[in-house]
Amino acid sequence: MATKTTLKPKNKAGAKSAAKSAGKPQMKLVKSTPEAKKAKSTSASQWVYDKKTLTGAEIVIQALVDNGVDTIFGYPGGAVLPIYDAIFQQKKIKHVLVRHEQAALHAAEGYARSTGKVGCALVTSGPGATNAVTGLTDALLDSIPVLCFSGQVPTFLIGTDAFQEADTTGITRQCTKQNYLVKDVKDLAKTVHEAFHVAKSGRPGPVLIDLPKDVQFAPGPYQSPEETDLSRYCPRTMPDISLIEDAVEMMANAKKPVFYTGGGVVNSGTEAAELLTEFVQMTGFPITSTLMGLGGYPMRDKQHLGMLGMHGTFEANWAMHDCDVMINIGARFDDRVTGRLDAFAPNSKKIHIDIDPSSINKNVRVELGIVADSVEALRAMIAVWKKRKYKADAAAMKAWWAQIEKWRAVKCLNYQKSAKTIKPQYALERLQAALDKEMSKKNGRDVFISTEVGQHQMWAAQFLKFDKPNHWMTSGGLGTMGYGFPAAIGVQMAHPDALVVDVAGDASILMNIQEMSTAVQYRLPVKIFILNNQWMGMVKQWQELLHGERYSNSYTESLPDFVKLAEAYGGIGMRVSDPAELDDVIAKMMKTDCVTIVDVCVDPSENCFPMIPSGKAHNEMILSADAEKFDKTLV
Amino acid sequence: MARTSQQDRKSVYGAAPVQDPVSSHTLAVIVDNEPGVLARVIGLFSGRGYNIESLTVAETDHTARKSRITIVCSGTVHVIEQIHHQLSRLVPVHKVSNLTLESTHLERELALLKVVGKKDKRIEALRVADIFRARVVDSTLESFVFEITGTTEKVNAFIDLMRPLGLTEISRTGVAAISRGKEGVYEAA
Ligand SMILES: Cc1cc2nc3c(=O)[nH]c(=O)nc-3n(C[C@H](O)[C@H](O)[C@H](O)COP(=O)(O)OP(=O)(O)OC[C@H]3O[C@@H](n4cnc5c(N)ncnc54)[C@H](O)[C@@H]3O)c2cc1C
Ligand SMILES: Cc1ncc(C[n+]2csc(CCOP(=O)(O)OP(=O)(O)O)c2C)c(N)n1
Ligand SMILES: [Mg+2]
Repeated sequence: MATKTTLKPKNKAGAKSAAKSAGKPQMKLVKSTPEAKKAKSTSASQWVYDKKTLTGAEIVIQALVDNGVDTIFGYPGGAVLPIYDAIFQQKKIKHVLVRHEQAALHAAEGYARSTGKVGCALVTSGPGATNAVTGLTDALLDSIPVLCFSGQVPTFLIGTDAFQEADTTGITRQCTKQNYLVKDVKDLAKTVHEAFHVAKSGRPGPVLIDLPKDVQFAPGPYQSPEETDLSRYCPRTMPDISLIEDAVEMMANAKKPVFYTGGGVVNSGTEAAELLTEFVQMTGFPITSTLMGLGGYPMRDKQHLGMLGMHGTFEANWAMHDCDVMINIGARFDDRVTGRLDAFAPNSKKIHIDIDPSSINKNVRVELGIVADSVEALRAMIAVWKKRKYKADAAAMKAWWAQIEKWRAVKCLNYQKSAKTIKPQYALERLQAALDKEMSKKNGRDVFISTEVGQHQMWAAQFLKFDKPNHWMTSGGLGTMGYGFPAAIGVQMAHPDALVVDVAGDASILMNIQEMSTAVQYRLPVKIFILNNQWMGMVKQWQELLHGERYSNSYTESLPDFVKLAEAYGGIGMRVSDPAELDDVIAKMMKTDCVTIVDVCVDPSENCFPMIPSGKAHNEMILSADAEKFDKTLV
Repeated sequence: MARTSQQDRKSVYGAAPVQDPVSSHTLAVIVDNEPGVLARVIGLFSGRGYNIESLTVAETDHTARKSRITIVCSGTVHVIEQIHHQLSRLVPVHKVSNLTLESTHLERELALLKVVGKKDKRIEALRVADIFRARVVDSTLESFVFEITGTTEKVNAFIDLMRPLGLTEISRTGVAAISRGKEGVYEAA
C-alpha cells in the first residue's frame, strides 16, 4: 500500500482488507475481530486495525502525524480521555503537560511563531476550553497559526447542561478564525486536515475543533491530507502585477519614502525577510517595523530606524509623519502605531501590501492597496525595480537621510545611567551584550526572546536587537500578561538547543508562574529575566502621566521571593540589585541547564519613553527628560 | 512632564475627517450550509458594531449544500466595504455580492398580516388589500390574514394603512434580492 500511514496493520487480516479497500473509506472495524481484540489487550502499544478505519481518537493522532506535528501541548480531563489513551499508545507525537490550559495555547503560539508550523493544543471540555479562550484570542489578534482540540460531552448529552459542558464552539466563535463541532466521526479526518489548512493559509490564525467523547470512541474512516479536498478556502497570495508596477513607480519617484513593515513579513518567514532586506538595501530607503514586525529586517543595519508607534523611536515616528511615500508591508495600521488618525502621515501617499483584503482601508485609507503574500509581493517588486532599472532620487535621498540623522541625534532612548541602581534599560543592554557574545561564539546557541506585557516589553523592543525573523515572541494585539513564559516553553520545545529568554515583569510573570513545573518536568532551561520594579510599571506610568499620580492598585504588593520560588519548583533562582554584579549574574544565567529565574531589582521609578499618549499624533511624542535636552537643536 | 516643542503644532494638521453619509446596501452571501455559519455572520455584525436591517437565509442548492443569505445593512461606503471584506474572509463564505453597487436589482419581501375587525373596517381592509394586490389567505367572520409581496416600502405602506383597521399581528420574511438581467451571483468555483 503506497499510503503514508505510519501505524501499520499488525495482523494479516487487517493488512489484506486494507489492501482491498485502498483509496476507499472502509467502515469495517478490524479491531472488533476476536483476534484483533486479543492483540490489543495483550499489547496496548501495538495498534491493530484496518489502516483506513480508526477510532476518532486515533484519527486525531494520525491526522496530526500526517500534518507534520511532533509536539502537542495539553491538559487532560474526562472529555478527552480517549485521545489521551491514544497518545499513550504511540511515539510519533510528544505531549507536553502544561499546568494551565491558557499556557497550552501560548506554548503552541511560541512553538508556531518560532518554527513557522502550526502549534497544537489539547484541552478538555468545560473549564479546559474556557481556560483556552485567552490564548485563542491572543493568537487571533497576532495572526498565529494554532490548532486547539477540545473535548466535549457525548453528542447525546449536548444541550443538557451535562457535567463540564460548555458551548465551546459558541464561546470561541469570535476568537477563532474558524471552529468546528464534529458530530460524526466520518467527518473527522477531513475536518482536521481542513483545520490545519485554514490555520496556516492566508492570514494565519487559531482554529478549534470540538470533539464529543462518543466521536473519539467511534470507529470511522481515515483519509490523508492528500485525499482531502481543501479547495473551499484558498486565499489569494499572488499580487496583481499592474498594481505592483504602479507601486514601484511611486517608490522610484519618492523624495521622502519609508518602509513600514509588520508581522505579515515575519509570518512569511526567512524568505520574506531576505527579500525585504534585499529590496530595502537596493532602494536605500529607511525602514521601521512594528512590535510584531521586529526581526523582519536586521535591526542593527543603519537603514533601520527601530520600532515605530506609541513607544517607538523619535526618528521612526518622525520619518512616518513626514514621509511622502509609505510602503506598508504586512502591517495593519494599528492604533498603537498610527496615533491620532487625522494627523497620521498627513502628506503621504500610501502603499499597503497585505494578504487579508479586510486589512486594507480598514483604519487608514491608502492610495494603493495590494492583496498578496509579502513574499510574492516583494519578489515581484524587486523584479520590476530591477527590470526598469529604477534608481532612488539621489539628491532627495541625501536630504531625507540628513533629516533623519538629525532626528536620530536626539538619541531618544537615552536614559539616566546610575552606578547605584540597575536601570531596566541597562539590564537589557547588558543582556544583549551577553547574547551577542553567545551568538558570535563558534557553535554559539541560537537565541530566542519572549516577553510578558508592560514596560519591560517595550524596553525589550527598544533595546534588544533582532536580526532574524521568528526569534521574537511577544503578545502585541491582545497584550496578554502571562504570555511570555509559556511561549518560551513552546519555543524551547521546538528548539531544544537554543537559548530562550523570557524578559518578564514582576506582575506578569505571576500570571502563568505555575508553568515552572512544566519547565522542570521537561528539563527546559528557559531563562526568566524579571525586570522587577515592584510595580505594574506600565499601569503606574499611565497613572503618573494621565491620572494625577493616583497609583490605584498598581503597586505589586506582597511579591514572592522569586529566588525561593524558583527553588521551590526545582529550578534555579538568582537575584541582583548591584549594577556591578549584573554581568556576572547574566553570565551565570546563560550557563544553567534548567529553568532559571533571575530577579533583577531595577529602579522602580523609571518610565518608558518615548511615548505618544493615546489619541495623539506622531509629532506629539513625549521624550524622556534626558533626551529632551537635545530637542532644541532639532527642527 | 517633559514635552516636545512640536506639540503646539498639532493644529496644522487639519480637522477630523468628515463622516461620510450613511446608506443602505443589499448583500447576497453564498455560504456552505453548515452548523454555525449564521452565528458567525451575525457575530461578525454584532462584534464589529455593524448595523443589520434585514437578514434572510435559506438553502438554495440542496445537493451542493449551499445557502444564500441576503443582508440589508447600512453604513458609510467605507463601512460597507469593510463588511464586504470581513464576510468574504470567513471560511464557509464562498461569495459576497453587493447588489446595490454591482447591479440594478430586485428586492421583494413577503408579509402575513392578521387584521381583526367588523363592519366598515372590514370592508375598508379588503378595499386597501385590493389596491395593494394583497391576497386573502384566511378568513373568519371577524378576521382576515393577508399575504402581501413587494418591496420593503410597499409592505411598510400596507402595514401602516392596516394599523387603524385592526391589525393585530405581522410576520415578515425579510428581504430576498436578485440582480436584473442575465448576469448573476455566480459562484467562485
Ligand atoms: C503595551 C503595548 C504597547 C505597544 N506599543 C506598540 C508600539 O509602540 N509600536 C508598535 O508597533 N506596536 C505596539 N504594540 C503592539 C500593537 O498593539 C500591535 O500588536 C502591533 O502594532 C501590530 O503589528 P502589525 O501591524 O505588524 O500587525 P500584525 O498583528 O502582526 O498583523 C499582521 C498584518 O499582516 C498581514 N499578514 C499576515 N500574514 C501575511 C503575509 N504572509 N503576507 C502579507 N501580509 C500578511 C495580516 O493580515 C495583518 O494585517 C504594543 C502592544 C502592547 C501590549
Ligand atoms: C491579563 C492582563 N491583565 C491586565 C493587563 C493590563 N496591564 C498592562 S501592563 C500591566 C502591568 C504589567 O506589570 P509588570 O508585569 O510588572 O510589567 P512592568 O510594566 O512593570 O514592566 C497591566 C496590569 C494586561 N495587559 N493583561
Ligand atoms: Mg513591574
